[in-house]
This record gives sequence, structure tokens and C-alpha cells, in this order.
Amino acid sequence: MISGVLVIFFVLAALAVFGAVSLILQSHPIHSALSLILVMVSLAGLYLLMGAEFIAAVQIIVYGGAVMVLFTFVIMLLNAGVEERTNFSKLATFGGVPLALALGGIIAAAIWRSSGHLPPPAASGAMSSTRELSMLLFSTFVYPFELTSFLILVAILGAIVLAQREN
Amino acid sequence: MSEILAKYGFLIVPIIKVAILVFVVLTLDAYLTWLERKVIAHIQARWGPHRVGPHGLLQPLADGIKFILKEDPMPVGVDKKAYFFAPFLTLMLALTSLAVIPFGPDITIFGYTTNFGIADVNISLLILFAITALGVYGIALAGWGSNNKYSLLGGLRSSAQMISYELALTLSVVGVLLIAGDFSLKHIVEKQAGDMGFLSWNIIGLSKGGGGFTQIIGCICFFLAAIAETNRVPFDLPEAESELVAGYHTEYASMKFAMFFIGEYTSMISVSSLFTILFFGGWLSPFPASWTLTHFLPSIILVPLGLWVFYDGTRYETILGRVILPGLGAVLAALGIALFLFPAANEVIQGPFWFFAKVGAVLFFYIWMRGTLPRFRYDQLMDFGWKFLLPVSIANVVLTSAVIMWRMK
Repeated sequence: MISGVLVIFFVLAALAVFGAVSLILQSHPIHSALSLILVMVSLAGLYLLMGAEFIAAVQIIVYGGAVMVLFTFVIMLLNAGVEERTNFSKLATFGGVPLALALGGIIAAAIWRSSGHLPPPAASGAMSSTRELSMLLFSTFVYPFELTSFLILVAILGAIVLAQREN
Repeated sequence: MSEILAKYGFLIVPIIKVAILVFVVLTLDAYLTWLERKVIAHIQARWGPHRVGPHGLLQPLADGIKFILKEDPMPVGVDKKAYFFAPFLTLMLALTSLAVIPFGPDITIFGYTTNFGIADVNISLLILFAITALGVYGIALAGWGSNNKYSLLGGLRSSAQMISYELALTLSVVGVLLIAGDFSLKHIVEKQAGDMGFLSWNIIGLSKGGGGFTQIIGCICFFLAAIAETNRVPFDLPEAESELVAGYHTEYASMKFAMFFIGEYTSMISVSSLFTILFFGGWLSPFPASWTLTHFLPSIILVPLGLWVFYDGTRYETILGRVILPGLGAVLAALGIALFLFPAANEVIQGPFWFFAKVGAVLFFYIWMRGTLPRFRYDQLMDFGWKFLLPVSIANVVLTSAVIMWRMK
């Protein structure tokens, strides 16, 4: 029995994988950035399937929108051209490929082992899940949350200092 | 009939609704261009379009035929993928954003109750913001892919502008969200219903439970940011024709240009709808519910309008005008009389009537601004967005939260 949800899942998953592969294979930075946007949007669709509407919308707004717009903006501003193709270096052939295969194997094994043991996602209404999320953020996870804000603040200050040094 | 609807309604009804909505919105887009040209012409003491059809009413049709038949040259050295994809993306996202907008309360036809809009999802506001966030790619890609420095500058300007104003746009809505406690546009409208008519809308905020708080600051911030997001005057720097030829769509012609054009007008409609829903009570009547006489307002407006168009048509210069205008007037007047005679139909029309009346007023305001205001300079635009709009909308969030916290005690 193939349900509609499963079909949508496979379509979105295929799109995400396609985008991820295309991100590496494209020779132009803008095309790579567009592929990455495709990955982000398909991931948002996957979140939506799991009933995490808020996370899905935020995924598109923050990653698909803000972050990737900045990426494309910088690429366009620098007017980066097509990158040059190089053959596999020795390091990539003897170090990278086996490592990538090993990592893939480990992830596959982990998924294989854990299949059936994972709890089903808890589906709930958007506002209630948003409310739960914000309650958790401001109670259980308040220190990591505040530390992340602090990290971002430091990054902003660093950017300002770097920009000021030019003058 | 009702059995089929009960079984397959979830599939049939949305398809019908999508077809109707796309038809209505594209027609509305076409006549919005006519209205814009007419209004700006009259602001500048000109006539505007008046050759094609009576009062230029067939001008959109002529424009459409021109767009389809025009040659579509492709400049040398374009990035083909981005160049072809950009107009489709712009139009697609603009039309998609209409899918989550409720145009009226739930309606029942042939015993099948459905929402007055395409999709009634509980995160409709977030979806709209997600679509707005993606909307910048259409313009940025068009500017970059065209292999033209003016296009590229337009695309860059638009990216920077949309990033800057998206923050203010999102933050200006937070006050409404805090009051409503819901992301669903339908519930946000329903929360604004009250015994006091327009006083309960979010812009005034005197709801019956005392839970409201005036969102006039948020309302002004939202409107200014929304104009910038839709690239309209006075924030139309991405296509500033005095400095960038036509900005991001310089190298586009024929239907591809038309797609940008339709996309821009469609996003104007969806932003005006959102503005109406968030701050002006959506489909709610501005009068208290006990004033039942106001339910006849659609008839009271339609009948004299129809009669006036009929009278105006009988003495029009051209023969075509003497046929079309009286016909149009007769249809309008007949519609008004029909609504007066069939109270059931009149009740159904109340929600959409007020909704489109408000959206029309906002759209007129858009056009009015275009006819009145000069364009911002680029540094003024950035200063305004970051140093005025953003702090003010954050202050609105803090103020609204403080009032809500104070009331909870």
C-alpha cells in the first residue's frame, strides 16, 4: 500500500538529493546556490510532512530566503565566473573517496539499525507547536538559546570592527 | 450531486476554485493597469488610454495581444537557465501567494460548506512570508542572468532592498500575532469581529473583550515595507528608469516581460489583501452587525453606478462605445437589483464585497502614491529601512507585549 504521503516523501527526498548532487556538480556558483535553495525548500516540504509546520515555514523564510539571498547577493556582487575544473588530486583519490565511502556506510548502517525503533513524529497544530517550541526555548533550552544569540552578537560586532578598520 | 461532492469534493472544489481565482486575478491585474494609467493620467491632467474601446476599456486586451505577438529576442551571452527561469518563478510565486488568502467567511453551496479561498491552512501567514522571502530570486536572477550591467544593478538593488525591508515587514506583523495568538489569517479576521464595527479592527483595536490594542504603528510600518517589497514607487529603485533603463527586466520582451508585469500586479493584490486582513478586518463590514440596512449597500452602489454608465454610454462618441457602455451599465444595474431581490445571494456577497472594497481602496492608494511621490535616493532608502522602519516596528512589538502583559496581571 503506497499512500499519498509516501509518494510526496519520495518526490521531495529525490528533489533534495538531486539538488545536493547538483550543488557539487554545477560549475557556476549561482547555479550551485540555486541547487542549494532547492535542497532547502525540499527539506521544508519534508518537515511539513512530519507535521512541523512552523519549522517548515521558518526553514524557507530563514534558509531559503534570508541566508541564500545573501549568498546569491555576494556571488552576484563579486561577479564570480565559472570555476575551473581540476582532475582529482592525490589527496582526494586516496584520502577523500575512501573517507566519503566510510562515512556513507556508517550513516547507512545507523539508519538501518535504528529503523523501526524511532518514535513517530508528534503531530500537532501550528500555533500549539509554535507555543510549545517557544516555551521550550525560554525554559529548558534557555542557556543554549541565549548563548547562540550571544554568538550572533559577537559575529555582528566582529563584522562592524572589520568594516571600520578599512577607514 | 451532493453525494459526489461529499466524496470527491476535496479534489473537485479546489480545482474549480483555482480556475476561478486565476481568471479573476488575471482580469483584475489587466484592469489594474488600466486603472493605474487612467488615475495617473488624471493626476497629471491628461486623458490616459481612450482610443481602444470606450474610455480605453479594451486597452488591456490590446496590450495582451501585443505581448503575445511581439518578437522575443534573446540577448547574447545570457545565462539561459536563469534568464528563462526568472519570469516563471516571479509569476508562480505571486500566484501561489493568493492560495492562502481568505476572501470571505465560509460559504455553503449545494450543501457543501467550503472556505472562501483556496487553502485554509493554520500557518497561512507564515506561508505568505515564506513566499515573499523566495520572491526576491525572480528579480535577482533576471538581473544577473540578462548579461547587462543595468539589469545586474537592478537585481542587486532589489536583493538588498528586499532583505532590508523584509525584517520590518515581518516585525510589524508581530503585534497582530500577539493579539490574535494565531497564524491563521481566517482566525485573525474572526478575532477582529465585534459589536462596534470598524472600531474592533486591529488598526483601532477596541475589541469587545478588551484584548485588543491599536496597531496603527504596525499598520504604517507594514504598508511602507510592503510597498518596498513590491518594488513600487517611491521604492522602485530596482527598475528606476531614469538611471537603469528598466532595471532587472531591461532585456526581457514579449510574454516574458508580461510575466514580470503580471507578477508585480499580482503581488500588489496579495499584499493589499494581507494588509486588509491584518489591520482592516478582512471581509468584516465596517458597520455594527445590528445595522442590517447596510447589507443593501452593494445594491445601493451598483444600481446608480450601472444607471450612470448606461446614461454615459448613450451619448458616447463612438458607435462601439454606444453599444458596450450601456450594456455594461445594464448588467451592473441588473446585478444590483438581483442582489436586492434575493437576500440569500446578498448575504453571500457581503464578505467578498467588503473585502474587495477595502483591497480596491488600498490599490488606489498605491496608484495615488505613484502619481504623487518622487523616487527615493538609494542611501535614503537604506537609511529609512534600517534606521527608522526597523526600530519603530521593534518598538511596536515591545509596546504591544507590554500592554498584553500588563492586562494579564
